[in-house]
Amino acid sequence: MLSIKNLHAGIHGKEILRGIDLGVRSGEVHAIMGPNGSGKSTLAQLLAGRDGYEVTAGSVRYLDQDLLAMPAEARARAGLFLAFQYPVEIPGVSNALFLKAALNSIRKQQGLDELDAMDLLQLMRDKMKLLGMDELLLPRAVNEGFSGGEKKRNEVLQMAVLEPKLAILDETDSGLDIDALKIVADGVNGMRHPQRAIVLVTHYQRLLEFIVPDVVHVLSQGRIVRSGAAELARELEQHGYGWVEEQKAA
Amino acid sequence: MNIQLESWEHMALEQIPQFLAGSGVPWVSQARQSAFERYMAHGLPTRREEEWKYTDVAQIGKRSSFAPDSIPADPSSEAALFAWTLAQQHPHLMVFVNGYYSDGFSAIGELPDGARLQSLSELLDSSAELSPELFDAAHEHTVFGALNTALATDGAVLHLAPGTELKDPVYLLFIASGHGAAIYPRNLIIAGAGARATVIEHYFGMLDAHHFTDAITQIELAADADLQHCKLLQEGNASIHVAGIHAVQAARSRFGSQSFALGSRLARNDITSRLTGPDGHCSLDGLYLLDGKQHVDHHTRIDHLAPSCTSREYYRGILDGESHGVFNGKVIVHPAAAKTDAHQSNRNLLLSRQAEVDTKPQLEIFADDVKCTHGATVGQLDDDSLFYLRSRGVDAESARSLLLYGFANDIIGRVGEPGMRTRIQHLVLDRLPQGEQIKELL
Ligand SMILES: Nc1ncnc2c1ncn2[C@@H]1O[C@H](COP(=O)(O)OP(=O)(O)OP(=O)(O)O)[C@@H](O)[C@H]1O
Ligand SMILES: [Mg+2]
Repeated sequence: MLSIKNLHAGIHGKEILRGIDLGVRSGEVHAIMGPNGSGKSTLAQLLAGRDGYEVTAGSVRYLDQDLLAMPAEARARAGLFLAFQYPVEIPGVSNALFLKAALNSIRKQQGLDELDAMDLLQLMRDKMKLLGMDELLLPRAVNEGFSGGEKKRNEVLQMAVLEPKLAILDETDSGLDIDALKIVADGVNGMRHPQRAIVLVTHYQRLLEFIVPDVVHVLSQGRIVRSGAAELARELEQHGYGWVEEQKAA
Repeated sequence: MNIQLESWEHMALEQIPQFLAGSGVPWVSQARQSAFERYMAHGLPTRREEEWKYTDVAQIGKRSSFAPDSIPADPSSEAALFAWTLAQQHPHLMVFVNGYYSDGFSAIGELPDGARLQSLSELLDSSAELSPELFDAAHEHTVFGALNTALATDGAVLHLAPGTELKDPVYLLFIASGHGAAIYPRNLIIAGAGARATVIEHYFGMLDAHHFTDAITQIELAADADLQHCKLLQEGNASIHVAGIHAVQAARSRFGSQSFALGSRLARNDITSRLTGPDGHCSLDGLYLLDGKQHVDHHTRIDHLAPSCTSREYYRGILDGESHGVFNGKVIVHPAAAKTDAHQSNRNLLLSRQAEVDTKPQLEIFADDVKCTHGATVGQLDDDSLFYLRSRGVDAESARSLLLYGFANDIIGRVGEPGMRTRIQHLVLDRLPQGEQIKELL
């Protein structure tokens, strides 16, 4: 589904990703861990199509297309979704309007009819209920005045409504209380599907107890320095990132 | 001064007052004459005057005459249809065509006891109960107020006895019809103690008509009264519109003003409030959405004259093409106004290199123990927000429109009347690319 080869990229002449190789197949869940500033969000945003990065080498293929050649909206319409580490506030645009605009543009691309207002509202309500979200968030402006946890849940709500093929969740667990973490994890687990892949960027082993990944990667200084099964996350929790570096050196 | 100008001025003194309201009432004629003399003595403002620094009204002076129509015009069929539609939605509708009250299109409807809604001409002709000081009031920093007093044809007068509450808004539709008309509406709203109402002023004109409107609305709020005033300027892109909205507020009264400037070639709104009693609240909001060669100037002034009043002011502009926006917001905290709480903000989005905005929030504080803040910004659409929308599948053009809509909607959302809110949202979306699609999602 996703194949990243030797990706080098940076911003303002500063290289941040320094040769990433990563393959994700449908049905898989991958976790990416790594110290602050190692490039996790940069990778996620670059994949989602944010402008401003300079790709100096390498390639990214997604569903047999050259991902880097597609504008952000085309990537979303092709089923790619990024849950932002820092969700953006959109004053004056209600959560409901935002979701409708997003879902209808994606459905249109897929040759599906636009959902009518009633069906859409029902769909949004159902998903919100699953995520334990207050319906009062629908008429409110996107993320404006939302608590940290509400913002993260709102990202997951968008994912649930848009039903992407590849979902990248950038630290969606950060800032969630224990109950919310469980609910969000249930929501994500509910979306596991043979036709869908999920990439979790996280700092915490705890999330990975709820959503057990097939593969764990460690990203450090713009490179994937280690990949392994779910146990790798537990070892990291015990020994820290320094341990990975030491092992590499040894 | 050219010959033509003199000839209409001559007419203005001799003939015009004869066909205007109140011609048979000596004090009205007297007031009109002295107002006209004030106008003549001053002439049109020039950019050398501080209050007109950014707005050049010289093009008004190119008109051959400022005289209002002597007989009422008919509205265009489009305007007539619109008036009819409004009558189905709003139980208290007054329609004016080129400044003249149109009985046929209006539907004042049932009003509660204590509420009186009538045309100014009716009141002036009967000379009943209107105090000369009100009609002759000289308004600050604009000679157009004097011109209006001299030439006012008609307008709405809403009188609310103490404690009267209007459930439905009073909708005033001012239709500009035909080419070249000079239009002088004059409205008066007097709310007794504890009275409550909403008044909408909607200025509606055809796309390319060259008319000139000079409107004045005076508002008096007794103690504890609450008046919400919403003005929508939707005149054609060749029109000139100059207007004053002036409120005086007694203790604990609440005044809300919203000014939406979407159409006209050149517009100037002077909106003022005087908080004369303690614990009053005044809220001035505005939105200007401009493109082409449009020029819209909002001058607001809030005088805090009594202690413990609050004022809030939110103005926003979206400027495209070669348009020019002006915001000048004065808040004056007089010595007696201790414990004033005032906040003012003006934010602008420039969508093109040629668009321009002059923003000048002005805070003058002469009292102690006050809380006053103000700020102004001029910027572009935010890249992070654009990317967020695009990452959800929304194309770049629609994403821009959604963000602009949201920016405007923060102000539109402050309109209390739901029908009016929707009307303005739709008018804004009509101006944005892909707005039609967004409308369907609302
Ligand atoms: N726009 C930018 N301009 C300059 N430097 C940037 C920019 N964006 C990211 N960087 C730098 O790139 C590096 C990687 O940042 P990134 O946000 O990808 O880290 P991260 O792995 O997601 O960290 P965290 O765990 O703290 O979220 C950091 O050193 C950061 O300062
Ligand atoms: Mg990050």
